[in-house]
Amino acid sequence: MNQAVSPEKVAPAAEIAAAAIAAATVQAETKAASPAPQPSIFHHARYVIGENPVTGLAFAIFLLIVICAVFGPWIVPYDPLASNEATLAPPSAIHWFGTDQLGRDILSRVIVATRLDLAIAVASVALVFLLGGVSGVAAGFFGGWIDRLVGRLADTIMAFPLFVLAMGIVAALGNSVTNIVLATAIINFPLYARVARAEANTRRNAGYVLAARLSGNTEMRILLAQILPNVMPIMVVQMSLTMGYAILNAAGLSFIGLGVRPPTAEWGIMVAEGAAFMVSGEWWIAFFPGAALVLAVFCFNLLGDGLRDIVDPQRRT
Amino acid sequence: MTEPLPLLDVHDLTVEFATRRGIVRAVEQVNLTVARGETVGIVGESGSGKSVTSYAVMRILDRAGRIADGAITFSGVDVRHASESAMRDLRGREMSMIFQNPRAALNPIRKVGHQIEDVLLQHVQAAPSDAREKAIAMLDQVRIARPEERYHAYPFELSGGMCQRVVIALALACRPQLLIADEPTTGLDVTTQKAVMELVVELTRERGMSTILITHDLGLAAAYCDRVVVMQKGRVLETARSTEIFKVPEHPYTRKLMRATPRIGVTLRDLLPPDAVLPDSKPAAAAAREADEPLLVVDDLIKDYPRNAMSRTLASLFRRRDIAEDAAFRAVDGISFGVKRGESVGLVGESGCGKSTTSMMVMRLLDKTAGTITFDGQDIGAVPARDFARSPLRGRIQMVFQDPTDSLNPRFTAARAIADPILRLGTARGARAVRARCEELAHQVGLPGELLDRFPHQLSGGQKARVGIARAIALGPELLVLDEPTAALDVSVQAIVLNLLQDLKTALGMSYLFVSHDLNVVRLLCDRVIVMRAGKIVEQGSTTQVLNAPQSDYTRELLTAIPHPPI
Repeated sequence: MNQAVSPEKVAPAAEIAAAAIAAATVQAETKAASPAPQPSIFHHARYVIGENPVTGLAFAIFLLIVICAVFGPWIVPYDPLASNEATLAPPSAIHWFGTDQLGRDILSRVIVATRLDLAIAVASVALVFLLGGVSGVAAGFFGGWIDRLVGRLADTIMAFPLFVLAMGIVAALGNSVTNIVLATAIINFPLYARVARAEANTRRNAGYVLAARLSGNTEMRILLAQILPNVMPIMVVQMSLTMGYAILNAAGLSFIGLGVRPPTAEWGIMVAEGAAFMVSGEWWIAFFPGAALVLAVFCFNLLGDGLRDIVDPQRRT
Repeated sequence: MTEPLPLLDVHDLTVEFATRRGIVRAVEQVNLTVARGETVGIVGESGSGKSVTSYAVMRILDRAGRIADGAITFSGVDVRHASESAMRDLRGREMSMIFQNPRAALNPIRKVGHQIEDVLLQHVQAAPSDAREKAIAMLDQVRIARPEERYHAYPFELSGGMCQRVVIALALACRPQLLIADEPTTGLDVTTQKAVMELVVELTRERGMSTILITHDLGLAAAYCDRVVVMQKGRVLETARSTEIFKVPEHPYTRKLMRATPRIGVTLRDLLPPDAVLPDSKPAAAAAREADEPLLVVDDLIKDYPRNAMSRTLASLFRRRDIAEDAAFRAVDGISFGVKRGESVGLVGESGCGKSTTSMMVMRLLDKTAGTITFDGQDIGAVPARDFARSPLRGRIQMVFQDPTDSLNPRFTAARAIADPILRLGTARGARAVRARCEELAHQVGLPGELLDRFPHQLSGGQKARVGIARAIALGPELLVLDEPTAALDVSVQAIVLNLLQDLKTALGMSYLFVSHDLNVVRLLCDRVIVMRAGKIVEQGSTTQVLNAPQSDYTRELLTAIPHPPI
């Protein structure tokens, strides 16, 4: 990273600290040396993406996914639910991704499925962001019984294998898309609550929080106006990182037959349906929805890494 | 040439940093020599390039930085072109460095003895069989009492001064020829500073080592260095023997720096450059003249912190009453004092003496354990800290914080930060009225109006301090608690901020409770001084009386430990 001395060698403590302090001081001094106004977040983002082209790639894939999700039904070449006589046709110029056992065009199905998968992921992440973020920030800021309550709740959720817990929730509440969203949100709750708690906790006695108390702000107002905006960037990174996981989770539940039902186009179901044909050599049925899944998860994880760089003040040299 | 070759010769050094806004030159054309056995001080304010110069000498610059021009020769070795493995060999064995924050320089989870052994073994100065013995000898040499015992100590078990001694032991373990000390005593108490600096000087003299002392404190450089190099904005302005530079400073910047350093026998105005424009301060008619009326009375104030909830619970469980009661740490131990209207009172003491705890209790940010705090005849100590935000008295007691960066929300503009108390407790209503009040306050503290829409990271340290002060006076408080308001600022900025505070006090008729460890600053700003130690008041009285004729030994010790430039 920024250390001038490579940390893998058995260096004396002083030497490693030298590098760390050098980096910190150098940042302070270069900042002092250039009094030009700080560039906007847009310029900053462009700089980070320029330094790390992988983030740019992830952003391009993200745009592609969003376009598929929004315009999917209008841009597909075939009706995703309509059969035609060419069943189990391998990829060709007519059917780029081939057709499945009922003769449905796989390319069309993969594109149309984007909307449902993305909707489940976005809804569950938004839900857990609200629940986990707010309760975590409150736990970190107020401490006391709220902290213990939120902490134990998170511990309880983490005591179960998360996918099994999600299966249990969907099985108990009923087989619907709403419940998939709810289950995905619940299993991600500890991640959000813990990050938000840690971030709020380090800020609860920051100088500006004390100053806000002196200005006559109530505790609730301090939480909402002073702490929350400062915790937000980290939470946004967390959202992007769990987005991929949420997609995977939704597809996983569909794969084992929970949630979305055939013939709806959904990546998990399509992989499940295609799995049976893998042995007989019709690999394309499971491969393309699987690849779409991989691409989406990959994209959101990379995007999360890039976002972390953008919000990381250490990178603001 | 009869002159012996210097140990370190830095010739026309230029260091550049690649930032996204292009290349920034942190150090330009710096020339510096250090003879064998010599102590050289590099003095400058933040951003002067003094640290970058030393990092270039050690070749530990940040990845973005590079030596663009010039030559560095260290005892015949060309540092600029030496290979990384040669440098690694040089660092630690031939030249080493000590840092500002000793605790950060030590590995927190390793015993200090083992850390010294690591260095010795790394540079083949000891065999595994006798490493322990040598490490203990090193601890003994840096005057750590009971070295065999302290060998097993972890950094958190040692005080700041002790940690700095361990860091010095680490730096000197391989008998280097050059020691670079980067602000080695900033953040340490003044008595500890004296002990650490004397140790460094003594050890270097004993071993015939050369030392580069990097500091912002002219007094410190003058007291301990043979020669002083003054730097500003990456350039060397002046190099001279320390006995001469303070008598006849040649460069105007050196003169300005020396002027701005608080010292005995000057007034606040003397700190400013002679051409500084002074605002005409007219004393407020009403408040200032009722000088004898006590505004704040603190009586027998006590604050206990539970030492460890777990051990207390266990102790009470096993009916060990004595331990259960002993489990509290008394930070403030029955102190009583008063602040009159229009008076400024200095609260001084070393770290851990309870001065900050006291100020937090007076501010009603922290609940007391016992005692009373009376403000303008009302017992404010009885109101719990968490309810005080809604008290009508809230706006009458305000505070300026130590760290101007930490005390401003990074997501609020300067105007929003100043407006916060006005929106909550002020009388101005409506966006335009609030904005007008902000501009008026900014004008009062000398903050240019166009900076009001900037975020904290776009402001300099001095500007941030002004925003903090503007926010604190926004509600027209009667008592302002100043918690080391200038500790994080450069001396020239400190001089301006101290003068601003003095002017505001006369203009608005406020009382100050000034919390500080710097007796020279207290001397300039305060009418009365309270000296605290270990939660108790050691001495209190008028500033002239306490600082010129101290009654207690502790005050005397504090006063003698301050390094004074020989002016």
